[in-house]
Amino acid sequence: MPPQAATIKDHIRESNIFFARSVLALVLVVVLLSILLARMYWLQVTEHDRFKTLAENNRITLIPIAPARGLIYDRKGVVLAENRSMFVLEVVPEQVKDLKATVAELRQLIAISDNDWEHFQANRLRSRSFQAQVLRSNLSDTEVAAFSVNRHRFPGVSVQPRLIRHYPHGEAFAHALGYVGRINEKELAEIDPGNYKATQYIGKLGIEKFYEKELHGTVGYEEVETDVHGRVLRTLRRVPPVAGKDLHLHLDAGLQQAAEQALGEQRGAVIALDPQTGGILALVSKPGYDPNLFVTGIPSTIYKALRASPEQPLFNRALRGTYPPGSTIKPMLALLGLKEGVVTPSTVVYDPGFFQLPKSSHKYRDWRKGGHGAVSLEFSLMQSCDIYYYTLAHKLGIDRISPHFEHLGFGRLNGLDNGDEMAGILPSRAWKRAKRREAWYPGDTVNIGIGQGFWSVTSLQLAQATARLANRGTAYQPRMVKALAQSGVPEALPPVPDGEPLAIAPEHWGPVMEAMRKTSMHERGTAYKAFKGAPYTHAGKTGTAQRFSVKQNAKYDEKNVAAKLRDNAMYIGFAPFEKPEIVVAVAAENAGHGGSSAAPVARAVMDFYLNQGKMTLPAPGMEEDVGEEEVGGEER
Amino acid sequence: MLSSQPRADTHKEQRSLAWKLHIDVPLLLGLLVLMGLAQVVLYSASGQDIAMVEKQVARLGLALAFMFGLAQVPPRVLKFWTLPLYVVGVLLLIAVFLVGDVALGAQRWLEIGGFRFQPSELMKQALPMMVAWYLSEHQLPPKFKHLAVAFGILALPILLIAEQPDLGTAVLALSSGLLVILLAGMSWKLIAGLAAAIGGFLPILWNFLMHDYQRRRVLTMLDPEADPVGAGYQIIQSKIAIGSGGIYGKGWLHGTQAQLEFIPEHHTDFIFAVLGEEFGLSGVLILIAVYLFIIARGLYIATQAQDSYSRLLAGAITLTFFVYVFVNIGMVSGILPVVGVPLPLVSYGGTSLVTLLAGFGMLMSIKTHRKLVSA
Repeated sequence: MPPQAATIKDHIRESNIFFARSVLALVLVVVLLSILLARMYWLQVTEHDRFKTLAENNRITLIPIAPARGLIYDRKGVVLAENRSMFVLEVVPEQVKDLKATVAELRQLIAISDNDWEHFQANRLRSRSFQAQVLRSNLSDTEVAAFSVNRHRFPGVSVQPRLIRHYPHGEAFAHALGYVGRINEKELAEIDPGNYKATQYIGKLGIEKFYEKELHGTVGYEEVETDVHGRVLRTLRRVPPVAGKDLHLHLDAGLQQAAEQALGEQRGAVIALDPQTGGILALVSKPGYDPNLFVTGIPSTIYKALRASPEQPLFNRALRGTYPPGSTIKPMLALLGLKEGVVTPSTVVYDPGFFQLPKSSHKYRDWRKGGHGAVSLEFSLMQSCDIYYYTLAHKLGIDRISPHFEHLGFGRLNGLDNGDEMAGILPSRAWKRAKRREAWYPGDTVNIGIGQGFWSVTSLQLAQATARLANRGTAYQPRMVKALAQSGVPEALPPVPDGEPLAIAPEHWGPVMEAMRKTSMHERGTAYKAFKGAPYTHAGKTGTAQRFSVKQNAKYDEKNVAAKLRDNAMYIGFAPFEKPEIVVAVAAENAGHGGSSAAPVARAVMDFYLNQGKMTLPAPGMEEDVGEEEVGGEER
Repeated sequence: MLSSQPRADTHKEQRSLAWKLHIDVPLLLGLLVLMGLAQVVLYSASGQDIAMVEKQVARLGLALAFMFGLAQVPPRVLKFWTLPLYVVGVLLLIAVFLVGDVALGAQRWLEIGGFRFQPSELMKQALPMMVAWYLSEHQLPPKFKHLAVAFGILALPILLIAEQPDLGTAVLALSSGLLVILLAGMSWKLIAGLAAAIGGFLPILWNFLMHDYQRRRVLTMLDPEADPVGAGYQIIQSKIAIGSGGIYGKGWLHGTQAQLEFIPEHHTDFIFAVLGEEFGLSGVLILIAVYLFIIARGLYIATQAQDSYSRLLAGAITLTFFVYVFVNIGMVSGILPVVGVPLPLVSYGGTSLVTLLAGFGMLMSIKTHRKLVSA
């Protein structure tokens, strides 16, 4: 050990050095803490506003809220399309570790079909992984309960209430309304993505598609506070969605059902409209399908079956089914004949049972073997004499016939607010040259005279032309929707005239209308049996359109012709005669005679409409009758 | 050991009681205030989980008991056990290197008899003790050869820790050892030379010694916005939390960044961001004032110590505590890289609590085992 003095001296020296270094350290500590405080000042005072905004943006999320789709009502307020709340099983793919294993486990609680799974996969692959996807729709109460008890086992899976489109009348209105379905990729490209942020369904067909913009409404937003995982903690602000507009249709639900029942199992179409407005009162196409199947995704087996069915239930016969109009166009041709001065009401045509063009041996037959003898205009319509109209058409020539019928609505879209109609074919010289690359022959015109040949029309076109007859010249564009209503306040859509009135002099209207009246009200008329005893005045015209060519000198035998090739039965008519309130067009596929198969359907529709709430009428006679009109035979 | 002679002191009764219990009252008060504040913040940071606070309070109780226990051990006994402690620490680090558990991509844990612990935590206190012991055995200020040995004592465990890899602990352990050397009176010329050497070493460190994730942390610190969803996310969210707090804060339990869990590790390493958000600049000032008081008191105790070993150890413990504070707050506020250092005595967790309070226990021992020079 060194001497004590030295030790003490060393101690003092060591102590002094340490003291100096400690003071220096303390100064350094204060300086460094000041740097931290300066940093805090910069963050919390200088840049406070910026960070405050960033923090707000962090916690606040906008959640879109789907607007309730507008409802669809008939003219009396019967709901035809509504939104029903139901439970769906939703999966957030991001939150599920093993999707396949989870679904396998879920299947022990809830029935999940392969079809559900395929739909889910398809949706999942085109969405972002944190977006919930529907795995199963329309859960039963039992399934909801079974899941709820086990929900802890399934993170990322939840049962959610949803508003789903529902068509309470199912099949009856399928072709009239169309349906909604899940938004597909093509539709996604066409819609406003902002407004459809929360929407899962879109109008796919019919009115639902045509009025999509009005029915959909405007999306709402909920400003919510979320944590870092995106969990919603509370709602800060809510911008409610604006529900879509309700549609009030011209359609009469009761009439629609009456028309459907009248057709029964018969394949065909019925259109009833109000000639004063163009409003569609009934639009039936049989057979139909349940539109509810399409809303949440139709199982592929059912869809394939519908597609493959020979009855073609998905086919809208009323708007897209095109048929030769047959004799139903005869009154319209007669009007043109009178207007053009080719015939007068007193002109008599002799019907020997066939018609021949000059210098031709080809025989165009009358439906009645042996013919009707001397036929006037009135009688030609009542009995649907073919020879009269072969002659008239030949004399008029196709160049006068085509424009007349185009004005009546044939060969063009009639502008129905449904978007589903077909134009059919109105033959003309130009049409034949363009489509068939052939010249127009005089024989072609002869066939046009009885609504045969290349001609094809829709039931809607027939109804529209009949409405113009009933109104003696004027017609309105056919309309499904009568009024749009925003939160219960209806806004009526005024009728829109369908072109110029038909320029026909009153003295030319008279004989044709009277003949149509007698067709169904005079005992020699082809529709008399069907309308016998109706407590209102009415007028109409039957038609039987040929689908099968009978060989020269052969007889058409219904029993020997395959069902698919039998004649189509057609009917057009309106009532009451003096002040028409309803126009009906019926097309019954392969049903045979217009007078016996189509007219009774029209009778039932008119009975229902004109006598609603008054009384029930006896069912009209449906039995076959001798003297019934037959199709005019084109001989080949 | 204790002197029975009276001393001129105005708080004779209190002093004598504290003296008997080997407690430094101002230091204890400072620590208790800090811990009290910490529990308030922790309750909010834990998502109002009182069970978490209770667990932390229980750990505090244990750690305080350990502190009081160590305070009873005289510095000479500490000095006696310093070398064995260091040797055991180094051996354990070697054991970790050879057979340690891997957690979160780093090999830090050692399991002995079902008890898992990190030898690097032990080394955080053993290292300054060892350097202080070695240097105090020779005349101060230290001669060059003694400094060289001291650096050797430092380098061995630091390299072992850095290899685990645990950059945060390595930096803290290194700084605690360096602080002893600086306090011992290493000449300014050598300090300047050393600083130059470190400056030259940095590129080597960056290019050859640092792991990818460590380099990424530094780069992220320099420009957090460059990788907002990845490595920069923590710093960005933490800065948003602190900055949005403003001067007075959003109020206790009302920090949206904290309560909605936007702040990462909000109850452990980033708890300072919760304080900054909910209590604002005023809360930060109070916290820093408490820390400054504890550090000042620690340095005071160091200057009052009677032998070199005690002085160096007390100074090193205190300044290491400060390094913790500075590195954590610097990291959370985005001026230092994210190195995984908890906010001392505030962050949730037990290991660092025990290490730190062990240090304060030694401080109290140094304070209360003085021989009275005036006797």
